[in-house]
Amino acid sequence: MSKIASAFEKGKAFIAFITCGDPDLETTAAVVRAAVENGADLIELGIPFSDPTAEGPVIQGANLRALNGGVTTDRIFDLVRELRRDVTVPMVFMTYANVVFSYGADRFLSTCRAVGIDGLILPDLPYEEKEEFLPDCRRYGVDLISLIAPTSENRIAMIAREAEGFLYVVSSLGVTGTRSEIKTDLASIVEVIRQNTRIPCAIGFGISTPEQAKAMAGLSDGAIVGSAIVKLIEKYGKDAAAPVGEYVRRMKEAIRSAE
Amino acid sequence: MMTNPKGRFGVHGGQYIPETLMNAVIELEEAYEHFKNDPEFNRELQQLLNEYAGRPSRLYYAEKMTRDLGGAKIYLKREDLNHTGAHKINNVLGQALLAKKMGKTRLIAETGAGQHGVATATAAALMGMECVVFMGEEDTIRQALNVYRMRLLGAEVRPVKTGTATLKDAVSEAMREWTSRIADTHYCLGSCMGPHPFPTIVRDFQSVISREIKEQILEKEGKLPDVVMACVGGGSNAIGTFYHFIGDEGVRLIGCEAAGRGIDTFETAATMNTGKIGIFHGMKSYFCQDEYGQIAPVYSISAGLDYPGVGPEHAHLHDIGRAEYVPVTDDEAVNAFEYLSKTEGIIPAIESAHAVAHAMKIAPTMEKDQIVVITLSGRGDKDCAAIARYRGEDIHE
Repeated sequence: MSKIASAFEKGKAFIAFITCGDPDLETTAAVVRAAVENGADLIELGIPFSDPTAEGPVIQGANLRALNGGVTTDRIFDLVRELRRDVTVPMVFMTYANVVFSYGADRFLSTCRAVGIDGLILPDLPYEEKEEFLPDCRRYGVDLISLIAPTSENRIAMIAREAEGFLYVVSSLGVTGTRSEIKTDLASIVEVIRQNTRIPCAIGFGISTPEQAKAMAGLSDGAIVGSAIVKLIEKYGKDAAAPVGEYVRRMKEAIRSAE
Repeated sequence: MMTNPKGRFGVHGGQYIPETLMNAVIELEEAYEHFKNDPEFNRELQQLLNEYAGRPSRLYYAEKMTRDLGGAKIYLKREDLNHTGAHKINNVLGQALLAKKMGKTRLIAETGAGQHGVATATAAALMGMECVVFMGEEDTIRQALNVYRMRLLGAEVRPVKTGTATLKDAVSEAMREWTSRIADTHYCLGSCMGPHPFPTIVRDFQSVISREIKEQILEKEGKLPDVVMACVGGGSNAIGTFYHFIGDEGVRLIGCEAAGRGIDTFETAATMNTGKIGIFHGMKSYFCQDEYGQIAPVYSISAGLDYPGVGPEHAHLHDIGRAEYVPVTDDEAVNAFEYLSKTEGIIPAIESAHAVAHAMKIAPTMEKDQIVVITLSGRGDKDCAAIARYRGEDIHE
């Protein structure tokens, strides 16, 4: 069984996204540990990309700060190796297809396995193109996470049936970023997912408040939060671990109450 | 060149886009497959191309240039004479009509030099559609006249400040906008790039260029040209120029890339000559990038060629050796811009001047009975201020 499943075994999951190297890798390590200590069940580590077309301004900014700070894929593998000395929750990479492709899919995924990465999320790799990386993901036991969007409609069943790890349900149209309101009929989407797969699904995009996290986790198996955490890191810089930890604690509490 | 169902040209192409957009591109593909064979659609499009855009464009024998260079006979395919002053209108009229048939009421577009943005704003005005154009902030400064033209035509121009604030960032921002508003909006992509079916749709709408060249040159010379050439950024005027000659093996196809300050410098946009294969903006193709796949900040004096990638069909034509892609520097392009203006009384777009520059190199080495066709993708009025600055002269428009 996929290690990712363990993130959902203790009830609704809180999934935290952090851009690696924003503002530096030492801070990323401290923030990851703070998130885990305060209840994050799964960590999404963003490998920055120069042109992140699925991101809103907040995560775009984090990508830029990280790259300007000299972060590379190799240094991020080193970070994961270091984190794995004590961090046991599942960790997945979230990046763009070209980062994996240019590194070499085989080399990238074998290194993922060696350092302890459990899954891979590529927002620019839809169902139709997953063969690009799926064989190497399988070879090295890294789950290729599929996304489902508000526009997926007739595609939900097809995607869900072949999904691995967990399903990332995109809450809203558009790019990542906090939203005051989420209007998509997510209950119907989750219902179709449930009819087609037994793997867990978590909702992301636009979630920032404990109320939203509770509502989204109530509809699914967990909530994914990115931009709200990245905003805290942008605000507190090298001192972000404590405020991120406190934020994760509050969000996790809200999610627990959804059970 | 046939595309397979997933929109591949050899290994290139594909649909590397967010799930949110997948049904939109599938819907577009289905609509295109239906309407491309629909007699009524084709009649309407033909009428727009002829009566509104002014097609067919002229194939002009550049006699003075031919005599001056002393080699092959040079013909200019005058896409600069189209309404809005560039080849971009060919594709835009097709896509806008298609969007309208699909029930869309709003067009969004990216633009580099502003020519595609102006063409889209024009079609939107004509067809009563809303229009938003994304343009790198850097380019809004380089091409201020075109920004004004778009606004005059009723479009909203959104300067893009992210990244290098040029064409690639405008494409990224247009894609982001499309993911946030799909139901009423068509992304009118301006080049033969992006996710399938865009490279095929844009190529088909631009292939009118080579269809006309073929008819016109056979009528004037009774034989096919030895060389057809065009500038390549994303590559839409070049693929339009090449398309109907791909099967004619005796015709050399030459694409002229923007080398900027030279392909041995970092200030270049010559994708085939300096890039490597990658995945970006929805497609697999060649891209200027670093060893970790981060897209490189490219440079060219020409805002329209200042793009780190190239359309997937060009990447394939390069791989199989059917077309050649040569680098042309800023200096060479500016010289050609001035040369064509003085020699033929035709001010070419600085993009098109890249093709003229390479023709100036090869024509003298060819025989007098050989024929070179250069596509002049656009006219150069928009570039006059920038070229004056390049020559150290500050003119106020």
